[in-house]
Amino acid sequence: MASHLTSRREPLVRMVKRDSIGRGKITLVRVLAVLGALITGALLITALGFNPVAVYSDMIKGSLGGATGRIETIRLAIPLLITSLAISLAFKMRFWNIGAEGQILVGAMAASYFALFQAENLPRPALIAVMALPAVFHAKWGTNETLFTLMLNYIALRFLGYLENDPWKDPNLRGFPKIAMFSNAAKLPKVFDVHIGWIVALVLVFLVYIYLSRSKHGYEISVVGESTRTAKYAGMSVAKIIMRTMFISGAMAGLVGFIQVSGADYTLTETTAGGTGFTAITVAWLSKLNPVIMMFVSFAIAVLEKGSNKIQTTFKIPASAAEVLTGIILFFMLGCEFFINYKLIFRGRKGRVHG
Amino acid sequence: MKSKPVDAIRIKNACKSFGSVLANDCVCLSVRNGEILALLGENGSGKTTLVNMLSGIYFPDSGSIEVNGKEVTIRSPKDAFDLGIGMIHQHFKLVDVLTAAENIVLGLPGSLRIDRSALNAEIRAISKRYGLEVEPEKMIYDMSVSEKQTVEILKVLYRGASILILDEPTAVLTPQETDKLFNILRNMKKDGKAIIIITHKLNEVLSISDRVSILRKGRLIDTVETSTTNAQELTEMMVGRFVSLAIDRAPCADTEQRLRLRSVTCRNADGVKALNNVSFTLMAGEILGVAGIAGSGQKELCEVISGLHPIEEGKISLVLRDREEKISGLSPSEIANRGVSLAFVPEDRLGMGLVASMDMVDNMMLKSYKDPPGFFVDRKPPKEMAERLIRRLEIVTPGTSTPVRRLSGGNVQKVLLGREIASNPSVLIAAYPVRGLDINSSYTVYDLLNEQKQKGVAVLYIGEDLDVLLELCDRILVLCGGRVSGIVDARSTSKEEIGMMMVHIDEEKEVGA
Repeated sequence: MASHLTSRREPLVRMVKRDSIGRGKITLVRVLAVLGALITGALLITALGFNPVAVYSDMIKGSLGGATGRIETIRLAIPLLITSLAISLAFKMRFWNIGAEGQILVGAMAASYFALFQAENLPRPALIAVMALPAVFHAKWGTNETLFTLMLNYIALRFLGYLENDPWKDPNLRGFPKIAMFSNAAKLPKVFDVHIGWIVALVLVFLVYIYLSRSKHGYEISVVGESTRTAKYAGMSVAKIIMRTMFISGAMAGLVGFIQVSGADYTLTETTAGGTGFTAITVAWLSKLNPVIMMFVSFAIAVLEKGSNKIQTTFKIPASAAEVLTGIILFFMLGCEFFINYKLIFRGRKGRVHG
Repeated sequence: MKSKPVDAIRIKNACKSFGSVLANDCVCLSVRNGEILALLGENGSGKTTLVNMLSGIYFPDSGSIEVNGKEVTIRSPKDAFDLGIGMIHQHFKLVDVLTAAENIVLGLPGSLRIDRSALNAEIRAISKRYGLEVEPEKMIYDMSVSEKQTVEILKVLYRGASILILDEPTAVLTPQETDKLFNILRNMKKDGKAIIIITHKLNEVLSISDRVSILRKGRLIDTVETSTTNAQELTEMMVGRFVSLAIDRAPCADTEQRLRLRSVTCRNADGVKALNNVSFTLMAGEILGVAGIAGSGQKELCEVISGLHPIEEGKISLVLRDREEKISGLSPSEIANRGVSLAFVPEDRLGMGLVASMDMVDNMMLKSYKDPPGFFVDRKPPKEMAERLIRRLEIVTPGTSTPVRRLSGGNVQKVLLGREIASNPSVLIAAYPVRGLDINSSYTVYDLLNEQKQKGVAVLYIGEDLDVLLELCDRILVLCGGRVSGIVDARSTSKEEIGMMMVHIDEEKEVGA
């Protein structure tokens, strides 16, 4: 009865979880991942009929080469960094806030209200909004915050559409649904040619780092994230901690909206958030929720974004192809985490396990 | 009768490693048809890894497996089934909303329609043959733990298994149910089946097995005939040196009333009454053991006392010197604010008592991080406390900054118990504090509990091993379906008496005071 089994071999490839891995090896895996991404990207570019070396160097030149490019890259990195910091607070608590996109818009709307209609007595707005709503529902009724925050994104977006089309429509544009440009008083000042958002971002990196690692609040966030049962056992008020953290997280995302409308766009449109709330999720995960690493990762993503804008204009590469290129690079970066956590064992190399 | 009997299973030099841990190091094992082999070893000695290679869950790094004399490759549980190997896991793998019969045929090929009466007849025939008691049409959710286990056994028998592997099957059973299971195993042995039973209870090994294979740290130490050995010898092989098997029972300190429960009733998350009219008084300077089948309300009992679970009726109060403080209805932090130190070592150490990914320092301050005023945490006192505990309890860890989940089970428990004791509690609740611990660590825990008892702490010990309860505790409270079926003196009662009380409530004996 066993004869048919004896002929079978052991499986070709098996996954084995790694116990630990050296730093050198991690770096090697990451470097290989970047190379793999570049090569795969090169194949795509070649298939489209362009010279990959020229395209890559143009991406770098466009994003880091000249002063304008650099400023633009930094301007892209600022909202990404602050948003990543904001959601990392919630993520650390295992509260899946994927509503940063909507929170940015709400912040932007609040800021715009002051900029457009209260320009004379402008109190550089201290804006806090309904960001804590999902937290309240989650804490009180155990709703699924992932769906809840996602849904609120659309509510924010559609509400903005309504404002654009009716109450806040710029009367000077004769029926074209657009919100007016801000007056100069409502624009953020610049330091070294970039609006002061970059200083805000750097300060926040420091503050979030200290908040998470040194404060009692940060400690509570870690415990709740690990296990709400442990938190209750320790006498923590889980509902209060969730609401407080989500409030801060939402408020920081809202701050991004304010910085975007008054620092970068000088007006409010449906593209103010422009996917930042979602890209920030990638940034937060790639940085393992570490605020300092987040600084570098969001800059790198901004370089990618700016670079792909540049090649669109230089080579007339379609926007979607540039996005695919960005996607390939992100795929490799996230995918290499698998090889850091697992190793593959191939058939017939058993001896290596014991060496 | 063949002249040269072939082994049902023969494992030769099986090795399996997980990362840098060598779980099985060249283990050889064999079991004959019509034989019961006990696999004995402490936690982490590699017992489960070894049988998982037989049942197709793990694949060995090297070594070979022979079934009935032929070398085989087992790549999946299905391969194992095809070879007639059936495994009964520690955690049941049954579908709650289906009947016993439906669970038994689940996943088997067959026609679209199930001929229920034929199936039931077949199941009854198998049951009769081995003395199993099961109602084929009964829903799994209506079954007791031992009935579910019976279904698991039937499942593998129905599939024609001739080699059965049972992973700690008695852990969830009462003494009476264990006897019943052993009778079934003996019937199967008579029928010529090969049986491997994993356990770490020595008296069970001695009563059921023909031979014992002892594993220690992934290595096979020896295989001996059960009739030629004894508990002391087996322990020494299992642990690697001489161990005294007697548990000390410290004399009672001066006793006074410490914790009172009056007619406490509570419901669990499903709305079912988990505790029903529970009343008892816990004395300072005693260890009160709590016995009962798993899920009889032990978890809820611990949680209502420590303020983690709301009560519906009744009253819980603490007696401290002359004042009586009502603590029912208060949250854990409110209880702590009343100056009452209530230590709780929960059953789920890494999921409730400790934060698995945090280091010892951060775990030390879990309950006290709020004490020093200010916005920031002060990690100096917890760090000193962690270093003190490492020295005093001989905790084996690379350092205070190693995540506690990296520590072994015994050391995790020392960290948790050490922290709770360091708070100078007046009441100490310990839920299954030696579960999964090796013999050495278990004795450290008993010593620590005895030490607390002599300091005048009221200790509530939730246990599962009746032998331990009888030796360690002063009194034993028996829970049955959320009710107290009696409180007995541990010095004068017997395992059989407690076993009876675990499954049956004698209305007259029920304690109401």
